[in-house]
Amino acid sequence: MLELLEELFSYSFVVKAIVVGTCVSLCASFLGLPLVLRRYSMIGDGLSHVGFGTLAIAVPLGLSPLKVSIPLVMLAAFLLLRIREHSKMQGDAAIAVISCSSLAIGVIIISLTVGMNTDVCNYLFGSILAIKEEEVYMCVAISAVIIALFIFFYNKIFSVIFDENYAKASGTNIEFYNMLLALLTAVIIVIGMRIMGAMLISSLIIFPALTSMRLLKTFKSVVISSIFLSVVCFFVGVVVSFAYNTPTGASIVGVNLVSFLIFCSISFFKRKKELL
Amino acid sequence: MKILSCTQVSVKYDSTFALKDCSFELDAGNFLGVFGENGTGKSTLLKSVAGLIKPNSGTVNFHGIKKNDIGYMAQQTQVQKDFPASVYEVVLSGTLCRHTRFYFYGKNNKKLADKNLELLGIEQLKHKSIQELSGGQRQRVLLARMLCGEAKLFLLDEPMSGLDATSVKQMHDTLKDINSLGATIIMVSHDIENTANFCDKILHLGNNHFFGSREEYNARIA
Repeated sequence: MLELLEELFSYSFVVKAIVVGTCVSLCASFLGLPLVLRRYSMIGDGLSHVGFGTLAIAVPLGLSPLKVSIPLVMLAAFLLLRIREHSKMQGDAAIAVISCSSLAIGVIIISLTVGMNTDVCNYLFGSILAIKEEEVYMCVAISAVIIALFIFFYNKIFSVIFDENYAKASGTNIEFYNMLLALLTAVIIVIGMRIMGAMLISSLIIFPALTSMRLLKTFKSVVISSIFLSVVCFFVGVVVSFAYNTPTGASIVGVNLVSFLIFCSISFFKRKKELL
Repeated sequence: MKILSCTQVSVKYDSTFALKDCSFELDAGNFLGVFGENGTGKSTLLKSVAGLIKPNSGTVNFHGIKKNDIGYMAQQTQVQKDFPASVYEVVLSGTLCRHTRFYFYGKNNKKLADKNLELLGIEQLKHKSIQELSGGQRQRVLLARMLCGEAKLFLLDEPMSGLDATSVKQMHDTLKDINSLGATIIMVSHDIENTANFCDKILHLGNNHFFGSREEYNARIA
């Protein structure tokens, strides 16, 4: 086991991936709980498809994917929230429309330009080989901003997601907080897409919060547990992927799924015990 | 002292009126009961006052109170039942609307929360999760949160619905206490028999809205 870890850390691309992945996992777990509790889980999924669509534009043009995708996905997040709040179309339907369309547009552009090469495949399902040094710095900086924002607004975010109407009636600008959450989600999805892939990134946001909520019943404990779970699952996933030569993103989701099932069964037996 | 005046408030959903031409005025310290059949616009009126929906016509004016002096409590079903939060976290969050710049809890916030937990007799629930509470307990927690906001105007939408008789009695007593401490209360209820007798103003929504003191209302139905 130790030897395996030693070998793992001797590769510089693995170290880069672990730095980026830890940052992304931390941010994703922070954002996940508000998204799950507000029934916004699907927004994460929708945005990741949009992320793929924007990559399809960036890659043939030879532009840096991060710099193109972040603003575009943020724009999509902004639009999604607007549609949710101001239109008669149902939120989940709007998400489905936007996510399918951008995926389709992405696939069309790619087949017309560069073709379905490994690069594209990497974006769909993630690859830890793909991370460049420049992206590592950007990722760390962005994560630091997200974490700082989250800590600063922690109590306010709690009050808004717990009871939006109460917060609004007593003068809180809830649109600001909704927008903040959606925009931060957009950013973290684009960054995380490198490792996890567009298809799997939303799991990183949803799983830790959902898993923690099986067992824990206060907000603070769920937040702390999500952070812990998210980072541990990421790390275990990378090790598994390295040891068994499985795709990284999928392995991380697999570890998350296992932890979710474990938490579910503990919660099930706990409740059964209480009934007896 | 007048604190709230609504003139000719009308709200439309699509093309049908949810509330039509509703007018009333409240002084500080009033306890207004809003009654009426289902669909006469009780909740709509309350939401308009709370600023959650914009009336299509008419005005809602506050006199001498600011937005963060308002506490709103929606119907019970709207509070998420699977939300992970401890009673203390919920009650503390009520103190936030008094602090506009920094969002961390200081000593004063905690003191205020403890005081209100005690006032509502729920200090023993402090560390419990709201998921584990009964309906009556949960309503008290929400009331405590509202008190932490030091609101001057309380807007309550059917706070008694789904509560058993004992809890209803307790809630009534608590509301009377809050009212006697100087807060203005607007409460929507369908239970006119048990609620009307401690309101000093009554607004009865229907085809012809009635607004007046309780005595006037009693005289009218007698």
